[in-house]
Amino acid sequence: MTDRRIRVLVAKPGLDGHDRGAKTVASVLRDHGMEVIYTGLHKTPDMIAEIALQEDVDVVGLSILSGAHMALFPRVREELVKRDMGHVLLVGGGIIPEDDRTNLEQDGFAKLFGPGTNTDSIAEYIQAEMKTRWAAEGVDA
Amino acid sequence: MSASPSISTRLLDGQRTALARLISWAENGDARFPSALLEIKQRLGRAARTGITGPPGAGKSTLTNELARHLRTTEKTVGILAVDPSSPITGGALLGDRIRMEDRTTDPGCFIRSMASRGSHGGIARATVDALDVMDAFGFDELIVETVGVGQAEYDVVGAADTVVVVLCPGAGDGVQAMKSGLLEVADVLVVNKSDMPGADRLAKDLAESVHIRTAPAMGKSAVPAWVPPVVSCSAAKDEGIDDVLAAIAQHRAFLIDDLAGHRAIKRANQVRHVVTEHLDEAIWGTAGWTDWVADEVRGGSTAYEAAAAVLAHLVPALPMAGAHGAKEPSV
Repeated sequence: MTDRRIRVLVAKPGLDGHDRGAKTVASVLRDHGMEVIYTGLHKTPDMIAEIALQEDVDVVGLSILSGAHMALFPRVREELVKRDMGHVLLVGGGIIPEDDRTNLEQDGFAKLFGPGTNTDSIAEYIQAEMKTRWAAEGVDA
Repeated sequence: MSASPSISTRLLDGQRTALARLISWAENGDARFPSALLEIKQRLGRAARTGITGPPGAGKSTLTNELARHLRTTEKTVGILAVDPSSPITGGALLGDRIRMEDRTTDPGCFIRSMASRGSHGGIARATVDALDVMDAFGFDELIVETVGVGQAEYDVVGAADTVVVVLCPGAGDGVQAMKSGLLEVADVLVVNKSDMPGADRLAKDLAESVHIRTAPAMGKSAVPAWVPPVVSCSAAKDEGIDDVLAAIAQHRAFLIDDLAGHRAIKRANQVRHVVTEHLDEAIWGTAGWTDWVADEVRGGSTAYEAAAAVLAHLVPALPMAGAHGAKEPSV
């Protein structure tokens, strides 16, 4: 009767009032059978990491359109690590220049999705990644 | 193999990551959960468990948040479990209750967990009681479980909570609607939320009358005093009347206190029944089960009752308890 589902936190860090993209991604992930928790707008890195902990999510997806990603994204990662949640699959999306994407992907972010990304490909990426991780875990501890 | 402390030890030690992970184990039906529960069971039974149920949009999340906020001002720690529906098609879920509880997010005396119903149809999830147990063992004073928005027939929260609060709001049907839905039967406390909206007073009066119609015939007939569910009005969004709701919950708790253990034991027995049923269902219909055989029977012209009788004739003698009918009940 094992029924494990991929749990995803979709979060909006900082002063960014646009969440149509985050809501779109959240509903696409839901349609791919995932359990998605959406934070709502204007969350601090501290709050996002705390929600990730309480919800024991496998994935944290950050959405940002404000341009503050280089300030906020690494802080979310720090807060996660501080809570012993460094294992989560960390992804992000929004208006993020190519150079910054590369930098973040070298700094603990598994993948950044830019404008024009096919939404299904986000779900497929997460599913493939979690499949590998769960297989590697064997038993989840 | 490893010297690191077990997850139960870490839970009893107050580690929130262990709490979060054990709830996941319960949800996932992880094979390690039953033994982990065994290791924490001495710590069970201390927290008060309140269920918040009602139709979609009645204000369950907002009220839950306000109840938690008021409880926090009295230094009580609060664990919240918020259940939302899973998609019947994909199994996915969008869990949004905690958006209305965001001021509790970074409160160290609070812990909020969203839970998808995962195919259960009773308003809570299969793992809800397990998750409440884990939160109880962690040491919260108060536990609040918020159900999915219910219609007219989802009352499993009764088995999970000591006190069931039914939240209604004006504009969504009259007192007769409430009577036929059965929500009145399961309510220990009735809350009319959005009390500032037109029709709220009327709804409160209708509900009080419906409660009276239900409870009056039994009055005086039994030596045991009956609980009469109070009707409380509040506006959760405006923070009005929340203390009245808490007072009503406390009254019900005081009413139960003489036989809280008995009250809970009946509910526990129901949980056992659910677990047994679930295992039997899996054993009978799971991968190595009877589904194909039954499909052949039916294709061959059997009615559903004939096929069922054939299955039962085969299975029932094999059930260990079947031969023990009338014998001593199994000791728990």
